[in-house]
Amino acid sequence: MDTFDYRRPASVREALRLVAGHPDAAFVAGGTDLVTLLRDRVRTPGRLVDINGLPLDGLRWSRDGVRIGALCRNAVDDPRLAAAYPVLVRALRSGASPQIRNRATFGGNLLQGVRCPYFRLPEFACNRRDPGAGCAAAGGDGRLLGIFGTSAACVAVHPSDCAVALVALDATVVVEGTRGTRRIPVGDLHRLPGDTPHEEHALRPGELVVAVEVPARPFAARSTYVKFRERASYAFALASAAVAVHSEHGVVRDARICLGGVAPKPWRAHAAERALRGERLDAATVEAAAEAATAGARPRPDNAYKVELVRGVVRRALTELGEK
Amino acid sequence: MSDGTKRRTVLAGGLSVGVGLAAAPARAEASTPKTDLLTLVVNGRRVRVDVDVRASLLDTLRDRLHLTGTKKGCDQGACGACTVLLDGRRVLSCLTLAVMHEGSEVTTVEGLADGDRLHPVQRAFADHDGFQCGFCTSGQIVSAVGLLAEHPDLTDAEIPELMSGNLCRCAAYGNIRAAIAAAARLSREGE
Repeated sequence: MDTFDYRRPASVREALRLVAGHPDAAFVAGGTDLVTLLRDRVRTPGRLVDINGLPLDGLRWSRDGVRIGALCRNAVDDPRLAAAYPVLVRALRSGASPQIRNRATFGGNLLQGVRCPYFRLPEFACNRRDPGAGCAAAGGDGRLLGIFGTSAACVAVHPSDCAVALVALDATVVVEGTRGTRRIPVGDLHRLPGDTPHEEHALRPGELVVAVEVPARPFAARSTYVKFRERASYAFALASAAVAVHSEHGVVRDARICLGGVAPKPWRAHAAERALRGERLDAATVEAAAEAATAGARPRPDNAYKVELVRGVVRRALTELGEK
Repeated sequence: MSDGTKRRTVLAGGLSVGVGLAAAPARAEASTPKTDLLTLVVNGRRVRVDVDVRASLLDTLRDRLHLTGTKKGCDQGACGACTVLLDGRRVLSCLTLAVMHEGSEVTTVEGLADGDRLHPVQRAFADHDGFQCGFCTSGQIVSAVGLLAEHPDLTDAEIPELMSGNLCRCAAYGNIRAAIAAAARLSREGE
């Protein structure tokens, strides 16, 4: 680990000032991802700005939904949140061990690094870590890598479960910079890699995520998260689905289906959502939506199994909601 | 590559040497160590220690405060051997920097017993033979203490998922579960 200048500001304004004009500065919150990246010298910031002293914790409810502070921990255990947004609480619980969730924050969860082994080991070439270096994963082990939205430059998947649920809930991140506050839909936060995989998200230099806003939507309470992983308990998703459905008189009016573990960002399955609207949520509709969720998949031989997993997670999630 | 060589050299040098503290920077001119005077309350005792800003809480506990009950297994957040209570919540001490915890209360496995009287979770692990080689045990016990604080009404069925952050290479899971279930019953019924 390279050494750095450690700062602990007491206000958002001070935090923003500490990173302004310091392109090599990084924010740290829970640290559960960043500390490993520092240790392995995947990230080498010259200044580390610890935001744990900022007043960005807690949930704030209103008629419009809930505002979750960026420093709210992933272990959030709130009965109202679980009732209003089951998909979110299930995604969080499946995301990491209790020890990690006690530290990991909402802001950090959204901005965590990819888990591609070639990104995490500086011995290997990685365009995301070192622009233009090449992609060792292209000719390497691709079992865990993406089947949607990848490029020749990068085939990594975004590892967050929480972000997948937030996209299904039409959530927005609130960011602050020296030029003011702006809102970014969570679905637009992560960028597809294209030729510039090192440009991972839509934040401008020096901007800080201060909150996540989750709106009240008719489909939010009838939602769930289904995740396939390599073992029965905590592990990153091989494939997952965040699904929310709003029905009236037995007919689906609106739905959200977002996939995790298969793309560089939470992957909205628009075709699958269309397959549900106006239909009864019976076995035939579920099957049609599960098939539609695979539209556009471009697997390699070593990750083609994820196409079937996508069908499986969507089928299971919709079947579970159909029984409610 | 120099990065890879450094990693392997450090590993070959022995894990008992705290990586974050003792590893010489690859390029000294680019990395003049920075330090910070830190105050922690460890097992009820106030301690002041000058730490390298890069040092993990785990390395600080083991190498600077000589509390070696907390173990370094994977040093990347996968195994749970380094679990401690930070302001009462269980966390992984390898995934956090000591300098981030000015004024915090840390409880390690050394701080659980009351003199010669074992903590009820320690007693339960002994009674139920909840270990084999013992390397993961301090992390398992501290994690279980944290779990019982988080879930006073813990059911037996919830134990595996809520202890999933603690791996046991000997696979003593059956007895670990039994020990935690017994400790949970004891704490519900009152001692």
